[in-house]
Amino acid sequence: MNTALVAALLLLLLGFAYQAGWSRSRSLATTGGRLHSRPVYHGSLAAIWALVPALLVLALWTLFGTTATRAYIIAQLPAEIASQTGAALEGAIARIRQIESGFGVVGETAPYENAAAQALREFRLLTFAVVLASAAGTGAIGLWLARRRITTALRARNEVEKAVRIVLIACSVVAILTTVGIVASLLSEAIRFFTFVSPADFFFGTVWNPRFSTTGSGPSGEYGLLPLLWGTLMVAGIAIAVALPIGLMTAIYLSQYARPRVRSTIKPIVEVLAGIPTIVYGFFALVTVGPFLATLGQSLGLQIRATSALTAGVVMGIMIIPFISSLSDDVIRQVPRAMRDGSLGLGATKSETIKRVILPAALPGIVGAFLLAVSRAIGETMIVVLAAGNSPYLRLNPGEPVSTVTVTIVNQLTGDTDFASPQSLVAFALGLTLFAMTLVLNVAALYIVRRYREQYE
Amino acid sequence: MAETLVPQPASDGSAERLARIRAGLSARHSRERRFRFYGIAAIAAALGFVAILFTMILYKGLPAFTQATLEVEVFFDPEVISVDPMPVQQQGQSQAEFRRAMTDWQRQATMVNWNRIVEAAVRNAAPGTEADSRQLLSIVETNARFELRDRFVADPGILGSTARVKMLASANADNWLKGNINRDLPDAQQQLAAPARELADRLYENGHIRFAFASHIFTNVDSRSAPASAGLAGAFVGSLYMMLVVIVLAVPIGVMSAVYLEEFAPKNRLTDLIEVNINNLAAVPSIVFGLLGAAVFINYFRLPLSAPLVGGLVLTLMTLPTVIIATRSALRAVPPSLRQAALGLGASKTQTVFHHVLPVTYPGILTATIIGVAQALGETAPLLLIGMNAFVAQIPGTPLDQSSALPVQIYLWQGNENRNFFEARTSAAIIVLLGLMLTLNAIAIFLRSRLERRK
Repeated sequence: MNTALVAALLLLLLGFAYQAGWSRSRSLATTGGRLHSRPVYHGSLAAIWALVPALLVLALWTLFGTTATRAYIIAQLPAEIASQTGAALEGAIARIRQIESGFGVVGETAPYENAAAQALREFRLLTFAVVLASAAGTGAIGLWLARRRITTALRARNEVEKAVRIVLIACSVVAILTTVGIVASLLSEAIRFFTFVSPADFFFGTVWNPRFSTTGSGPSGEYGLLPLLWGTLMVAGIAIAVALPIGLMTAIYLSQYARPRVRSTIKPIVEVLAGIPTIVYGFFALVTVGPFLATLGQSLGLQIRATSALTAGVVMGIMIIPFISSLSDDVIRQVPRAMRDGSLGLGATKSETIKRVILPAALPGIVGAFLLAVSRAIGETMIVVLAAGNSPYLRLNPGEPVSTVTVTIVNQLTGDTDFASPQSLVAFALGLTLFAMTLVLNVAALYIVRRYREQYE
Repeated sequence: MAETLVPQPASDGSAERLARIRAGLSARHSRERRFRFYGIAAIAAALGFVAILFTMILYKGLPAFTQATLEVEVFFDPEVISVDPMPVQQQGQSQAEFRRAMTDWQRQATMVNWNRIVEAAVRNAAPGTEADSRQLLSIVETNARFELRDRFVADPGILGSTARVKMLASANADNWLKGNINRDLPDAQQQLAAPARELADRLYENGHIRFAFASHIFTNVDSRSAPASAGLAGAFVGSLYMMLVVIVLAVPIGVMSAVYLEEFAPKNRLTDLIEVNINNLAAVPSIVFGLLGAAVFINYFRLPLSAPLVGGLVLTLMTLPTVIIATRSALRAVPPSLRQAALGLGASKTQTVFHHVLPVTYPGILTATIIGVAQALGETAPLLLIGMNAFVAQIPGTPLDQSSALPVQIYLWQGNENRNFFEARTSAAIIVLLGLMLTLNAIAIFLRSRLERRK
């Protein structure tokens, strides 16, 4: 269907309906007395009444149009061709469509093909005209009804506002639908996966070896979550060990010691780290940090691989620093000034005040920031894809390669595997685990932070 | 605080107490200094990481913006290029038939041994080289022959004449001339044979190879067979489409839902749930959105794989919480007096919000939008799950065509086997991506200060 033409006609209908409602209410106002709503609202109401039915008709056609056209083409074909299935039928339909579009096909065209193409051309024109006419017709009927309703007493503004309210509500439902969509899709695919592999084997298995997907085979391989979970926790733990001291001390220094000018220059620079895409961190880990750590380990007599839990963890820690520092900065600055002044007035040094008064008071907020940072680290993907080495075994040494939940999701879904095979479906079971873990962390963090805010506000 | 000074009458033992306090004081002060030092060390570490990261990327990436380029006289030899005249569409010939004839002719033109033409041109530029034809061709990028063919197809009249043609040197020759490879390594470890290395050096000395600005990084699409000519154009356009989808969908939906939640929604269980839900969505790992896209958009709605439209939809869902949260805080910052004044003058609730409250928040919404878009621009993981990591060697014409994206292109390039060459290329792509994000953020800051001043 000609999209531009339809859009132009819709715009025309919109303008015309608005104008009709507007001028009708104006003329009423000059002859019949005071209007309840201004003409703008009467115009808008008429436009809504005209446009909504027309859009409904067009939506119905986009939903069912392709099916109808296909059915028509098949009906035009001779019985022996129409009764074919699969590629032969598709090929025949494609040929008819091509002849109809005027592009032509290679080779001779059979007479039935020409006839079908001619019929299809007429069918297309006819349906286009019918759909357009019925859209215009319903629009016109809507407009006529709307125009008839216009009186001085019509509460057009209230009705338009009700429509606006409905649109607003529809928009806020999108966020809920997203969550519902996430939960539903993860759950349904994970349940499909659990028909292949029992949940106990998945959640408590210690071996991860999914093998390759072979068509028509059952679950080949072992799907133990524990090695991946261990890798995830190890990388996240290293990241937090790097980020928490640096981030927290940065926040403390910037909020308690630094002069305003120093603070206003350093804070944005540190926050630049938060805006860098994670793929860049991954590349940085792979090219710079990994080899550096490997040489460092060599000079210390330790065996550290270039791609290891340590590399990924350290770089992820760098990524999380601004996250912890700005969240802790917020909560530290929310501690009432009186508490700080009281401690200083009793003769405590600044660091004693910070350690014994400010930090305990800000602790819930800092714990919230910590939990959010952990949730971030667990869900981080690109750094570990590039720098963790992808080796799903239970190992204690952080200098060895590991694999994480997120890496495995990427690996299982980007290969040439059949979507319905357990090898692909396991990604959704892993995703569900990940989502549940981060959900618990996020909700706990949000709850703690909210309670903390209430305490001091 | 055991050491705290307690006022005492001056009596016996006071000197001793004073000494104890003094000793405690100095320990306390040194603890104070140590704490301060930790703070400074933490900041130095954080700033150091920023500095190292940017230095590394610039150091590795900047050389990739210039590339060894060969400029030689090429003779379009009629003896080598022996093809039929170009077909012309005849009366009554269908479009498809003509296309077939044209394709046949182009195939014929492709079958010409263009390498012989390239070889003759290079030999002409460096007479008396010892390199055999394989070695000689190894310093010219493999797409040089297709460029010559395209020139000929576009203008068959060029046959028999000479033209000055620029072609890219191969990735290995570029590495060699830039000194990325240790020149003292034995032959077995070198990518280029000794005569080819000598030839590259000679061409560089006599000025036929020069380092020219690599504009093809911005105009070419990705290429596997000719790595030196690989560019970002396809990925850039793919990212552009996705950002358009994000702006068109995320901003109106996000702003409207923020307006509803902040201004209209009754405070009850449901709106509380929506609030928690939005805050949680903002912290859901991006890869989960990718899983949603794979299961719902690709597998259920059967939208095409690798399409920027699908990527845009996934990124929209990811950006939505950012826009909603920022708009809500902007709305909350509007002074209540504004609302009360409008309501007091008889405006309806909707009129108050849309005519008076919302316009005040435009700077905030704009900034939030740009920051959200910049975030979406750098996102990689969810795009991998909806198939955008496929190799695509053309610029997508519509948002439904197959395409790559800038961060995904970085991911693909860093995995290329020709590490030596692609490390620089990847860093160059990162510079482009970071440059774009920096520009977006600068625009956001500029617009915010402009709009806020005007109020």
